[in-house]
Amino acid sequence: MDKFIRLTATACPLDVANLNTDQLLPARFLKVPRSAGLATALLHDLRFDADGRERPDFPLNRPHWRDAKIVVGARNFGCGSSREAAVYALCDYGIRCVIAPSFGDIFAGNAVQNGLLTALVSDDEAATLIGLLGEKPHPPLIVDLEQQTIQCGDQSFHFAIDPVRRTRLLNGWDNIALTESCLDKIAAFKMADRARRPWATPAEPE
Amino acid sequence: MSEPLTLFDKLWAAHEIVRRDDGEALLWVDRHYVHEGSFNAFSQLKARGARVAEPGLTFGVADHYVPTRGSRRVIDNPEIARMVRTLEENTAAHGITLFGLADPRQGIVHVVGPEQGLTLPGLLIVCGDSHTSTHGALGAYAFGIGASEVAHVLMTHTLWQRKPKRMRITVNGRLAPGIAAKDIVLAIIAGIGADGATGHAIEFAGTTIRALSMEGRLTLCNMSIEAGARSGMVAPDETTFEYVKDRPYSPKGTAFERAVEAWSALATDDGAKFDREVEVNAADITPIVTWGTSPQDALPIDASVPDPAHEPDAARAKYLHEALDYMGLTPGTKLTTIAVDRIFIGSCTNARIEDLRAAAAVLAGRVSKVPGLVSPGSSAVKRQAEEEGLDRIFRDAGLEWGESGCSMCVGINGDLVAPGERCASTTNRNFRGRQGPGARTHLMSPAMVAAAAVTGRLTDVRPLLSGRKT
Repeated sequence: MDKFIRLTATACPLDVANLNTDQLLPARFLKVPRSAGLATALLHDLRFDADGRERPDFPLNRPHWRDAKIVVGARNFGCGSSREAAVYALCDYGIRCVIAPSFGDIFAGNAVQNGLLTALVSDDEAATLIGLLGEKPHPPLIVDLEQQTIQCGDQSFHFAIDPVRRTRLLNGWDNIALTESCLDKIAAFKMADRARRPWATPAEPE
Repeated sequence: MSEPLTLFDKLWAAHEIVRRDDGEALLWVDRHYVHEGSFNAFSQLKARGARVAEPGLTFGVADHYVPTRGSRRVIDNPEIARMVRTLEENTAAHGITLFGLADPRQGIVHVVGPEQGLTLPGLLIVCGDSHTSTHGALGAYAFGIGASEVAHVLMTHTLWQRKPKRMRITVNGRLAPGIAAKDIVLAIIAGIGADGATGHAIEFAGTTIRALSMEGRLTLCNMSIEAGARSGMVAPDETTFEYVKDRPYSPKGTAFERAVEAWSALATDDGAKFDREVEVNAADITPIVTWGTSPQDALPIDASVPDPAHEPDAARAKYLHEALDYMGLTPGTKLTTIAVDRIFIGSCTNARIEDLRAAAAVLAGRVSKVPGLVSPGSSAVKRQAEEEGLDRIFRDAGLEWGESGCSMCVGINGDLVAPGERCASTTNRNFRGRQGPGARTHLMSPAMVAAAAVTGRLTDVRPLLSGRKT
């Protein structure tokens, strides 16, 4: 997993509350294997019309925002379905960071597994950032995970993130190696638990 | 005296293997359910050359992609056939029991788990599906996970988690006739918002919840995720134990009696602290339907859709405008004048036997004005409904009696609502495009969907129940 330390990039506003994972990745693309890439599928039905033509007004289709690596969203970004492919689609498009006032819990968990930063700001700060991104010339954002700051022109914002997720992103760690260092403890727990909760093991169906 | 604990505190503590200084804990998983969509996780496993750690605690169910209309012997669409086949191959390769397409136990994973006695009180249950919260109805800690977490559970049967905050939603009082668990949960979501419980584990409590059947509790916990909570739960009681007893995989004889003893301790202690408390009066709940594109866009059936012109908050007005535009609704329209094009009764939310009975009670002797599909929650529910003659009621009403699967709730098996069509649906998400690109979904209870079928528009079911046994 790539480390995330500091990123200077174009940021695209997506001012849509409850932008759920069905929007981020419509269900019909769930069959697509990870290796095939999901960049085109990202926000497909909002980016493209029924004939597959780009909707020119959609922010990510605007020339100054299409190479965005950062998205600034509204409340409850990534709510809904647990599909991790919604995160794959963002990553495949090139997005490394989503800034929003709240995230779906499962989405935020999936994001860190793929090196995608979910940066929490207040409703007002998100609205301010979205306003600034609309000004010309469109300013890039500087997202600094060590400092937990977002710089936009001469304005600076603090963002929140779970400290465990921050550490994982800064180091590019995944969990499996850590868990493998706990295998003895897992085995001991399992043995004690079988005695403590014998009913937790499925009975043999008759 | 030890500190009073919540149900959730007890469930969490029983599964904690390691707690790190930074607050994350490694939790033991009791049951892991996989489905066709878990293929990404199996690919991750393969890439690492890893094996499934606990195949005896892992169960596969074919539900997301299986056909639910017509013959299931041959799946015409090769991509969909490949999804079902891949699950068969992955479960076979790792020695995992599969309730596959032809298995009499097949159904929607969140219906099958409780039905087979795999879901029990006190367990920690995960599945790569957000509606895993359903299983909390039995007093389990159950939550949806993403593909990387599925892979982690497959490899280790554990999961790193930070303990969520605790939220109690207490519903007291008697529900009026014609009001179902779906109305309760839609009322809650409308009240607290689609992110109202984000970061929390919900416990549903109060006299109304105690009086709910297991089916009702499953509906309630199922929709916890639509309020933002990854898990919802109800403390186990006699209703739970009666439900669990004599299921194929549940403990038998003295093992069952000892289990009930342990499960009886799974209640929130008096004086236990919650991070947030919400109270709802059951008597205030009326039949509810959604009008917009989030489950929080829910209103009593006698209301009118909102008018953005009357909304002082600009961001909220923009949201209302976009939702109404997608739904093809004029601001201020009375809900009961909105005509529907089709109905769907199905999904992990509302396709259990009690749901089908509630819909059939309205439809008996009546004809649906619109086409519609009834997809039972499991193959076992289907058989039981047929024994009770419910299938005849649906067929006589002009509805299609289908097979079990996720079906038209998410549409990935090909059962879609056409672009622009309006569907009264017992499902869980009215998101844009959820039932198909351009589809317009109104969520409601099974009885309310049946009422919409009878009149061809959104309708208060209560007058239609007059003089009927429900």
